Amino acid sequence: MASNVGAMDLRTLDDRGLERRIAEILISELKLEDVTADTFDVGLDLVDELGIDSMDLTTVALVLQDVFRVAIDEDDYPRLKSVRAIREYIRSKIGGA
Amino acid sequence: MLTVRSLLEDAWYERYKRISHLNIRSSIYDVTDRCNLRCKGCFFFSSDEHRAAAEEKDLGAWEAFIERERTRGVNLAILIGGEPTLYLDRIEAFYRRLPTYCATNGLLKAPRDRFPEMMVGISLWGDEEDERELRGRDTFAVSSRHYAGDPLAYYLYTITPRQVGRVERMTRRIRDVGLKVHYQLLSNDEGADGFNWEQARLAELRAELDGLLERYPDTVVSARYYHEVLTTGRMFGRPFGWNECPSVTESMDTRQPRPRRLIRFVRWASDLRTTHRCCTSATRDCSTCKDGAAHMSWIMVSKHAHLRSAGDLRNWIEVYEMFAKLYRLLPW
Repeated sequence: MASNVGAMDLRTLDDRGLERRIAEILISELKLEDVTADTFDVGLDLVDELGIDSMDLTTVALVLQDVFRVAIDEDDYPRLKSVRAIREYIRSKIGGA
Repeated sequence: MLTVRSLLEDAWYERYKRISHLNIRSSIYDVTDRCNLRCKGCFFFSSDEHRAAAEEKDLGAWEAFIERERTRGVNLAILIGGEPTLYLDRIEAFYRRLPTYCATNGLLKAPRDRFPEMMVGISLWGDEEDERELRGRDTFAVSSRHYAGDPLAYYLYTITPRQVGRVERMTRRIRDVGLKVHYQLLSNDEGADGFNWEQARLAELRAELDGLLERYPDTVVSARYYHEVLTTGRMFGRPFGWNECPSVTESMDTRQPRPRRLIRFVRWASDLRTTHRCCTSATRDCSTCKDGAAHMSWIMVSKHAHLRSAGDLRNWIEVYEMFAKLYRLLPW
């Protein structure tokens, strides 16, 4: 699993680096095959295309919370539609650009 | 990488998208410990669940409890018993607060003017002969009068080993009263003579149910893959049982590693404090459990396992659609 990333680290991580971290978490938690963090399509719809369900989403959200030290409200789960959307969500939670 | 989109043709992909965001969080509630039948093989009485707790009689306590359940995130209340229709005020407390499904033996009618949108599942344990032997009376004669033509009611036909080869007759009778049917299998918890399953009979039954689904598509709410998993007790070679079941009360689920399961699922006793281990009896041998809902849920929580071929994913979609129709989340 990816190591924890503090809020300060998050601010220094560029968008591509953050997306790569998120992709690593998805690949690890969902045991995805035939894809790497570098080849992961950051616009891929996680529910409609990748087929993750609410249980997967809960698992992923909990890991994202631990790794990035941000609180993710369950009502916000539908916003976590893609790697890009997760990156934008995490940025919004720490107030970064 | 295999994705839903890469596996499915357009029409199937549209069907997938209709169900992919449903996000069901159901729980089961014993509305009462009482019943107006005493059926051989009913897990509720055979395992003494009716003695597990003294039922709550204060309607205000029920209403407060249901509000807490709603806050807990439950978005589908499944009412069982005893017989829920003995306490219409408790049913109404749920109905006013949550999407509600009521299981009933149909001897008392849940009035439509009071519950216009409630899904009703009417239990049926075979033909008249089996019903008289197992339940003491032919309930279909009464329940079919109460619910004939009701667009939100269907029969939950528990097939006994004696029904193999004879399911069509009752299916036709159900069609003829303008209702639909979903099949499940008797788990002979009390060991009633002549009602134990043998593998060969289950294989015969699977073929029979597949045929009925094909011949009565407007009456039978089912899926071939559901028949396969239910009658074989296996999915991708894995046997159903305690280590696989998704319908275990969340707070009592100590399994490690924890299998894929229904999120937030709890089965509550009617004292509104006690919980039961799972959707059926804690005394049941999970390796022989034939509970249809548990097998259906087992498939539904295993979406990723079905993302390995188009055929597997189509099977998963058909079972999820079946579930969604049974709870009125999709039209028939």
